[in-house]
Amino acid sequence: MRKTLLFATLALAGLAGPALAQPAKTECLAGAKPGGGFDLTCRLAGNALHAAKLIKDPMAVSYMEGGVGAVAYNHVIGTRPGDGGLVIAASSGSALLIAQGKFGKHDENAVRWVGALGTDFGIVAVSADSPIKSLKELIAAFGKDPGAFPVGGGGAVGSQDWMKMAMIAKEAKVDPKKMRYAALEGGGAVTTALQGGHIKIASGDASEMINLHQQGKLRILAVMSDRRLPGAFKDIPTTYEQGYLIDWPIWRGLYVGPKVSDADYKWWVDTLTKLTKTDEFVKEREARGLFAFDSLGADFDKRVKADTAKFRALAKEAGL
Amino acid sequence: MSFDFLWQGMGVALMPQNLLIGLVGCFLGTIIGCLPAIGPINGIALLLPIAYTSGLPAESALILLAAVYYGAEYGGRISSILLNVPGDAGAVMTAVDGYPMARRGEAAKALAISGISSFYGGMIAVIAMTFLAVPLSWLAIKFGPAEYFVLMVFAFATLGSMVGHEPVKTLLGCVLGLMLTTIGLDATSGAYRFTFDQPELHDGIEFIILVIGLFSISEVLLMLESQVKGTLKPLAVTGSYPSWAEIRYIWWPSVRATVIGFIIGVLPGTGASVASAVSYTTEKRLSDKDGTFGKGDIRGLAAPEAANNAAATGAFVPMLTLGVPGSGTTAVMLGALMLYNIQPGPQLFVEQPKLVGGLIASMYIGNILLLIMNLPMVQVFARMLLMPNWILIPGITALSILGVYTAYASVMSVLIMFGIGIIGYLLRKLGFDMAPIVLGFVLGKVMEVNFRNALALSGGEFGIFFSSTLSIILWIMAIAIVLVPIWLRRRQAARAAAGQPA
Repeated sequence: MRKTLLFATLALAGLAGPALAQPAKTECLAGAKPGGGFDLTCRLAGNALHAAKLIKDPMAVSYMEGGVGAVAYNHVIGTRPGDGGLVIAASSGSALLIAQGKFGKHDENAVRWVGALGTDFGIVAVSADSPIKSLKELIAAFGKDPGAFPVGGGGAVGSQDWMKMAMIAKEAKVDPKKMRYAALEGGGAVTTALQGGHIKIASGDASEMINLHQQGKLRILAVMSDRRLPGAFKDIPTTYEQGYLIDWPIWRGLYVGPKVSDADYKWWVDTLTKLTKTDEFVKEREARGLFAFDSLGADFDKRVKADTAKFRALAKEAGL
Repeated sequence: MSFDFLWQGMGVALMPQNLLIGLVGCFLGTIIGCLPAIGPINGIALLLPIAYTSGLPAESALILLAAVYYGAEYGGRISSILLNVPGDAGAVMTAVDGYPMARRGEAAKALAISGISSFYGGMIAVIAMTFLAVPLSWLAIKFGPAEYFVLMVFAFATLGSMVGHEPVKTLLGCVLGLMLTTIGLDATSGAYRFTFDQPELHDGIEFIILVIGLFSISEVLLMLESQVKGTLKPLAVTGSYPSWAEIRYIWWPSVRATVIGFIIGVLPGTGASVASAVSYTTEKRLSDKDGTFGKGDIRGLAAPEAANNAAATGAFVPMLTLGVPGSGTTAVMLGALMLYNIQPGPQLFVEQPKLVGGLIASMYIGNILLLIMNLPMVQVFARMLLMPNWILIPGITALSILGVYTAYASVMSVLIMFGIGIIGYLLRKLGFDMAPIVLGFVLGKVMEVNFRNALALSGGEFGIFFSSTLSIILWIMAIAIVLVPIWLRRRQAARAAAGQPA
């Protein structure tokens, strides 16, 4: 929701002129409804920045729903390209959509990528009473009879959840397009469908499935990561450990408009670099179920561009 | 299962601090609900960080957010009835019978009736939640794509009641609604349909934008037209309250609507808009013997209002017992629980009796507060209609633009709203009803998505729609809702014929 604050921001930004050390007012734009992943990213950044006293006033969060961030992306490029106080939440899902040309005519080079704040990982789960106990067993059984394993994910065909499963399907020598895949409405719908027996395989994110795994409501077969995750995940094997060299980090980060001055861009990168080292940030990040993902400034920019290149190849391979 | 949590909860909810917070929440909710397009989800997203950073304990924060949520379901009816502008998604069907009553000068009565039926719906649903939350949570799990599809078949079967004296126009309107839902991302193939490369259209047309366009903008245009022609009559506002007989009269329609609304609310795939639509059409199917629905029948007003409050309450069931949000608004509340490091699930009732009990108890109190708050204000709100048109018409337009822009932060949304409004105006001039369009839109999306998901899961086998007991029951209900009213009418006619001496 856009508040009067925002107009104040605009007015102030106009008055303040170019390149202040710290933007007069900071705002984080979430390209979706309140309550989703973008909102979480904005609130993580805002709360931690304020708690660590790196900004004076709390950061305003505004919402601009549409096309999983596409509307916000186009809005920033078209309408507020030079607003140095504005950061916009993004995720690996944004990179995937950009790679598929679903963000309109703009590609990944149209904005300035500031940094990642943390990451989640893809997981593959089956119901608690399933006879399948490991990823290897799943891939063997799935390869033999894909029709016996309807899959559910929280996104459309071509989304991250679909892509994760497409990679698993490839390992099982199954054409991803032959998967019985139901595009459900978000992770909650996936876990209920799994518990209700409507689907046999759930494709989702680690943070939203771990509690049900611990309660014995479903079984996570593998975390799609190249390294073992800490905490509640310390007993769950990764894809790499089980011999499949596929991973799916779901990073959450921020970008700024294309015409933001170098000074403002640098201020954001430096501030986030300082922020990610504070205890306040680590606490806020862990409270939101995210793992460390230190990639800021030029490094993050490289990461995003490598991701979009990878996703383009994947989408082509999967026949999208 | 013991009900200790409820007694502990009463203690929590009756603490002066929490009583005050509940009162504030109810009040804010009523206002938020009343403003077009701005719904409880916006209000809660705004309040949550404030509640969290100001150090409110988890149960107080939840009481506040919940009060805003069900308070908004009360508030939504006000603008529906007075201005034909649904205040939020759940209040659309309220306008169908509420607005004609206001035009007749019975605004105060309509507001009171709908306030009371909101209370019926909210209260019965809280009682149901208290005793049935845990047993009912299996419903949310058992409903897969196939079951949702058959539920929508049932919903469309109740739509038979909307076919009035011009069945062709009703069907055309319904098809128009169905066509509009196909705009946007097609999840089953990942393709964008009819988006014309506009990112604003990737998610399709927002329900609330459609509704505001169809109802409020077209209404403004109609008012302007009659103003120009000089036929716009000032409204009479009589201060009549409903009689006791009328309050008793709406009891059964409200109860039926509450049952429908509560169950639909419990299901995570459907919300208050589906609940109010299905309860309205069901009530019309069962009770509309003289064709008074849509012309200001108090049963047609009571049913959707009871249903949307019941649905809002029902949405808490999967949130608390399964950790699955029953609606967009409860999704934000779920985020609030996680912020406080509280894990939802069946054990919540045992582990956090103060929190769950406090929340549920506060909903008993909140509904009573809302009734007390809403009834005296009825006269004040009704007087709004006495405003001269040079204030009213620009006022409605400004509120509509402001609401849509605030909620979606995009000029495109406002333009879409106007476009839909102009089409709505033309359709109304041609004698179309707006309700079938809205119903086609609401039900069509859920129906299509679940139909295709079910077939994706079964590999194209249609048997999946008949494979569970739940589906079979829903099929039987769908057939019954078509046949029973016909049978009832025949029997009545036969009796009447038999009763008359030949």
